[in-house]
Amino acid sequence: FNSIKSENTKRQVQLTFSSTDVHIAKYKNSIYDVQVLSACIYPELLKNQTFPVDVRQRAQTLLDACGERSVGSYTDSSGLNHVRQSVAEFITRRDGVPCSASNVFISSGSQRVMVKLIASGEGDVPTGVLTPVPCRHTLPMMLDFTGVTLEPYMLDKDRGWAVDMNELHRAVNTARGRCQPKAIFISNPGNPTGHVQGRKSIQDVIRFAAAERLLLLVDEVYQEYVFEDAAEFISYKKILFEMGPMYSDTFEMASFHSISSLGECGLRAGYMELVNIEPGVTHFVDTMLCTDISTPVTGQLAIDVMINPPKPGDSSYHTYTKEKEHVKDTLKWNCQKACEVLNNLPGVSCQPVMGGIYLYPCVTLPEETMKQAKVEAGPLYCEQLMQGQAVLIGPGCTRGLPAGTHHFRNSWIKENIVVCII
Amino acid sequence: MTKLHCIFMQGVKKPFREVIDVAWGDAQGAGIKPLTFVRQVLAACLYPQLLDSNRLPTDVKQKARGLLSECHGGSMGSYTDLPGIPQVAREISEYIARRDGGDPPKTGNIFISPGSQWALQNILNLLVHGHGEVRSGVLTPIPCHVTTIESLHSLGGVSVPYYLSEEHGWELQMEELNRALEYAKQVCAPVALYVVNPGNPPGHVQSKKSIQDVIRFALEKRLFLLVDEVYQDCVYADNVEFVSYKKVLAEMGPPFSDTVELASFHSASKGFLGEAGLRGGYVELVNMDPDVIKYACTIFSKDTAPTPGQIALSVLANPPRLGDPSYPLYEMETQQMQTMIKANVRRVHEVLDSLPGISCQPVEGGAFAFPRVDLPPKALQKAKEMGMEPDTFYCLRLLEESGAFITPGCEYGQKEGTYHIRYTLLNDIMLMEVCAINHILINCRHF
Repeated sequence: FNSIKSENTKRQVQLTFSSTDVHIAKYKNSIYDVQVLSACIYPELLKNQTFPVDVRQRAQTLLDACGERSVGSYTDSSGLNHVRQSVAEFITRRDGVPCSASNVFISSGSQRVMVKLIASGEGDVPTGVLTPVPCRHTLPMMLDFTGVTLEPYMLDKDRGWAVDMNELHRAVNTARGRCQPKAIFISNPGNPTGHVQGRKSIQDVIRFAAAERLLLLVDEVYQEYVFEDAAEFISYKKILFEMGPMYSDTFEMASFHSISSLGECGLRAGYMELVNIEPGVTHFVDTMLCTDISTPVTGQLAIDVMINPPKPGDSSYHTYTKEKEHVKDTLKWNCQKACEVLNNLPGVSCQPVMGGIYLYPCVTLPEETMKQAKVEAGPLYCEQLMQGQAVLIGPGCTRGLPAGTHHFRNSWIKENIVVCII
Repeated sequence: MTKLHCIFMQGVKKPFREVIDVAWGDAQGAGIKPLTFVRQVLAACLYPQLLDSNRLPTDVKQKARGLLSECHGGSMGSYTDLPGIPQVAREISEYIARRDGGDPPKTGNIFISPGSQWALQNILNLLVHGHGEVRSGVLTPIPCHVTTIESLHSLGGVSVPYYLSEEHGWELQMEELNRALEYAKQVCAPVALYVVNPGNPPGHVQSKKSIQDVIRFALEKRLFLLVDEVYQDCVYADNVEFVSYKKVLAEMGPPFSDTVELASFHSASKGFLGEAGLRGGYVELVNMDPDVIKYACTIFSKDTAPTPGQIALSVLANPPRLGDPSYPLYEMETQQMQTMIKANVRRVHEVLDSLPGISCQPVEGGAFAFPRVDLPPKALQKAKEMGMEPDTFYCLRLLEESGAFITPGCEYGQKEGTYHIRYTLLNDIMLMEVCAINHILINCRHF
């Protein structure tokens, strides 16, 4: 797939749908975010009225939180205390359950650390992680890299890519034959499926993971992008605590969030919250993060801005709220419209999405195309689309899906999609 | 350190007024101001509306516009391709050509990462086989900063130490390298040699002859050379010059120049830039098999460098030149820093060499002083009773009595029976004075 991209970069790519990168889609950052960050980077900008009062105040607070008032200084490997504290407060507000800053780790690679952690056992039996199909395209590579076996569980396509508990049971039993399953990975909202789990589904997964003694790794990166009439995002942590002490006191889990969904993929930062992990292990996580030195400070500050937006009464509040709503509305409209169009195309079917930024349509390719493709028909289709129409989409994860079906990952955050090109 | 800082902020009574952190190689953390040019370019890239105002000089705007035009969607918030923003990769390539002479390296051999340690980890991942009966080993210097060794261990690799010679200004000695390699063969499958030049923590700068010897050794013993050159801009001694491994390799001609495999690391965190928080570093690969480079691409693509870090690298590789509007300020700021560090180096030697029981090899480059401390038997006994290393004990006493925070030599490795302390030179000169005085006091009082 990467070679398709690189061979074709010379051509004008008219429409890029494959990436999470909202900037490719000419999405504008929120003014508030970039003003705060640029003032932190170049504090001279605070000296006059270039920026509104709330921006200046925010930048001052953030600079005070940095060592020696500079974003150029190293921070603790687990992140600036101020940001960890902000994240803890955000989580507490969101879930109504207390969260301690000492369980929050800021990092640009925390998922890798957690996987490495569970893989670092002794013995000949490889560690396994139950992984959804389809999943985020970078996940198999990351698992492979850390020497962990990927054990797939199929999401239920006919029910909008919902989690199928029978399938989870089957997967863990199969896994035991060839590895030692230690964790289960799940994405909510789903990536790339756009499915948003309901309360019961989340409870079922928690019970399953608890019974099978699996660490739960839950990726909640797209929590901001849920289309309200379709669904509601509830965090795994919130549900866990509603289930009472039998679960909430013992169940081990790590949840992840990042600023990529804010549109700041280039700044590279995210956080992880650990729940019910033993202090000795938490300390070890801290140590493992040390070899990454520290997360980019500008990214850490962007996290703070993401979880603590302007409040009513702040000068930037109206503009900020309008910008955010516009993005969400565009996304929702795009997804719904695109889904309609795709479903009307011959050989193409697409599940409606409840959230996230992708569509994951299924394309039934003709026999000749399948024969023609020397490797995978999916990437061949993408390549032809690229060469014929200058449209870039991402080939879907074909692992384990029924033969003859091919999926493609499309990101729909761009405004004014010219849908007829498809 | 942070814990102590917290205690301090909470008002617990200590004899000192504030903690003097002279431990870390973090220039901006020590209060040194960032270079104006870097921050202006960064701010403009992040908030392009500034390009329309009169607040920024024209060369800043030009650079920012150039960089933004190569970012997806014209924005710094977007992911970048490998090896990074094309302009940055080109500038690094041209920088290397200016530094070493010869043709600019292909940008496909340069990988930008969130700091040099990430790049090093990725390369170690290619080299190290960490499972099974025979694990890969890397020869690492003693003393050495600990991050690399931790990264190696986390991959299951073995670190085999070779001792730098303190009596000879911490130089690398070939007999010792040979000894270490022979030992290594018994405990692992040695694959690489890790060299830090200029050194960290000892401030030794390798001579050309020493580099040639190491290169010959690497060819003969079939070892991959991992060369950490992040302090290449920090050379202070008058008759000493930094020359890169790559340059020496090229000058040695075949068979060396087309066979010896080399990875050279640099970073925006050190030197005058000191932008440790922005996370920008790169590695240049020399003589690596193209198929391996393809695989390296895959590894590096997992964690792209943040855009601010890449922009810092762009300034490192292509700073303002004579004639540019920002040049006078840039030149003044870098000169100030150079002068300050050189003065610190002088002061360190003056103070330390005058204290009984402390001696320091000449600091030729790098960011640290690594003096040796001869502790009296009483101190050794006390340390043993407290269950800590003697040099840790010394550092703790210094901290408790005066607030000066330095790190003990045991964290970097040292010859049995010797004790050292490390502290950074990247500090305001007044801070160094205070630290020097504290050393004197604590010595008089206790040791």
